Amino acid sequence: MNEKKVIPIGPYHPLQEEPELFKLYCEGEIVKDVKWETGYNHRGIEKLSESKSFDQSFFLVERICGICSTSHPFAFANAMEEIADVEVPDRAKYIRSIIGELERIHSHLLWVGLAGHFLGYDTVFMWAWKYREPVLDLFEMISGNRNSYAMFKIGGVRRDIENAKIAKIRGVLDLVKKKTDLLTGAIMDDPVIHARTKGVGILSKQDIMDYCAVGPTARASGVDIDVRRDDPHAAYPLVDWKVITAQGGDVFAKAEVRLLEMYESIKIIDQCLKGLEKEKEGKIEVVVKNIPAGIGTGHYEAPRGEVFHFVKTIGTNSPARHKIRAPSYVNIATFKKSCVGQTISDAAISLAAVDPCYCCTERMAAVYDYGSGERMMNGIELVEKSKRRTEEIRRNY
Amino acid sequence: MEKEQFIEKITARFGDKILKAEIIKRNRILVDVDTNAILDIANYLHNDIHFRFIIASALHTKEGFEILYHFSDDKSGNIANIHVVLPHENPEIESLTQCFVAADWIEREMHELFGITFLNHTNPGKLLSEGNWAEGVYPYRKDFTK
Amino acid sequence: MGFKDFCFKKSLWLFHFGGASCNNCDIEILDCLTSRYDVERFGMKLVGSPRHADVLLVNGSINKRDKKRLLEVYNQLAKPVLVVAIGACGCTGGIFAEGITFAGPVDKIIPVDVYIPGCPPKPEAILAGIVKLLNKK
Repeated sequence: MNEKKVIPIGPYHPLQEEPELFKLYCEGEIVKDVKWETGYNHRGIEKLSESKSFDQSFFLVERICGICSTSHPFAFANAMEEIADVEVPDRAKYIRSIIGELERIHSHLLWVGLAGHFLGYDTVFMWAWKYREPVLDLFEMISGNRNSYAMFKIGGVRRDIENAKIAKIRGVLDLVKKKTDLLTGAIMDDPVIHARTKGVGILSKQDIMDYCAVGPTARASGVDIDVRRDDPHAAYPLVDWKVITAQGGDVFAKAEVRLLEMYESIKIIDQCLKGLEKEKEGKIEVVVKNIPAGIGTGHYEAPRGEVFHFVKTIGTNSPARHKIRAPSYVNIATFKKSCVGQTISDAAISLAAVDPCYCCTERMAAVYDYGSGERMMNGIELVEKSKRRTEEIRRNY
Repeated sequence: MEKEQFIEKITARFGDKILKAEIIKRNRILVDVDTNAILDIANYLHNDIHFRFIIASALHTKEGFEILYHFSDDKSGNIANIHVVLPHENPEIESLTQCFVAADWIEREMHELFGITFLNHTNPGKLLSEGNWAEGVYPYRKDFTK
Repeated sequence: MGFKDFCFKKSLWLFHFGGASCNNCDIEILDCLTSRYDVERFGMKLVGSPRHADVLLVNGSINKRDKKRLLEVYNQLAKPVLVVAIGACGCTGGIFAEGITFAGPVDKIIPVDVYIPGCPPKPEAILAGIVKLLNKK
């Protein structure tokens, strides 16, 4: 029986300024088309930024996305420093990279947990989130807040990481490394996860080029891009690390990239901490008195891909134009390629593989009526369906 | 590709369609181009020398509506900003969606925020404004008459 | 025991509505459900349909497009219902209150019982808020 269905996923997708509602147009089990609506989360941040001073703008861009709340200030700082033509002190560079990489670890752990949840492995969900907590505790120790750390400013960072705190950070890293080993082992060796994720939601290299996708989504398809290496800034040229790529382009490859990236992050932080120990405490900023007129473009590799900020200044103390591009803005569009032709039960994990936010499938779905003949299904049912599929595969194994 | 080499190449290819090309910062290039040539240039950047389209930023200034198309060369870390200026009245430009899909959302967004018309857009429609502000209101436009 | 007390005597089920938020509060709410904070031991869980919920959690500033949806969700909830505004944006609009699409803080749209301020509130603060809610009656 070919029952025509419209399945809404969303409408909230909070990772960027403009979240959206996905509508899956299905025939039977197969997804035929994907459409999206946006505007539910539009807050006019770019306009707001024009009314704030440069220092205030940092707090604003931090609140574009709660999970990448370092990436946006990082990119904004890069853009502003390009205009002002300042070089931050080495200690500030190390601190910036440490905060950025700690954020990558907690974001990837969050993703692993949610991917587990979508597949019906709630134990993975609970474990990954449990071991994310010590990382958030580190943030609380360093900045006083678990999210939105307010560490960045033009010319440096706001707070120092005292050398006395380094031992504590190392301790947490050791724990995270051990637990990442455990999670990686659990995911890489599980035949059911292989069956659920391999060959699902494939994006070819050409698709990535067409959609200009970035981050782990691109790297999992063999496109070797990483802003941290390509356009070196902060402490990344000072430490030894490598860009992780995979060839599959499917959900499994994306998981692999993210898991292995966590090891790289741990490696980077460890080297940055060594750098901090060598530097004298306290020298964390250069004073920037005025910002000349000009244009600046800054980017940073957020956990989800490249964050891009464009700023135009006209010699006043607030941006004349501030354009922000979050990574999901381009990555989300690839859903059209990865999802069409798949079954509905694979849709949830295909979407999750891009790493938009969890909440988008479990928030307010199924409130609308699209007219007659269209059966509705809400986000929770979708996840349930995905879980049942895993259950089936597990039984047959 | 090195910055100087890129400027040489693009000037040789498009000649007088390139109004000005300069290196503005360590690895940033600003290229002023003729509005009519934008589609060819985007095609060249995307398909021939494989620059990655990042995003486009629109600005409303005294000169008119300016659009900066940001392209990234991931091999060297250079960012090429392709700059066009459109008039205050009836700003119109060819849509880049004819060349790559990634321009879809941003052009719809620019249309809603600034009222710039993109000709031959493959997927026109509202992106953000539905329910948030009325049609024909362009919140990011500025008033220069005062 | 009044009717309202009777309604909220047993496990409270939560429905989570995120407006135009930055996602921090969403993640902290979710954090409450995971191993370290574990509100499920109080019988609370997130449900997928507003019709099943006793408590509506609202976070994020509400933009004009969300406003209609928020009212719609509120109308679907079986009354009596408790409404919790979470985070600076939920309580006042926070940093986005001056935005072009801002449609007013939550309490201008629907009645709110408990406010949990913070940007984002820590999970402990959310738990404390829920405890206050339980004792409010």
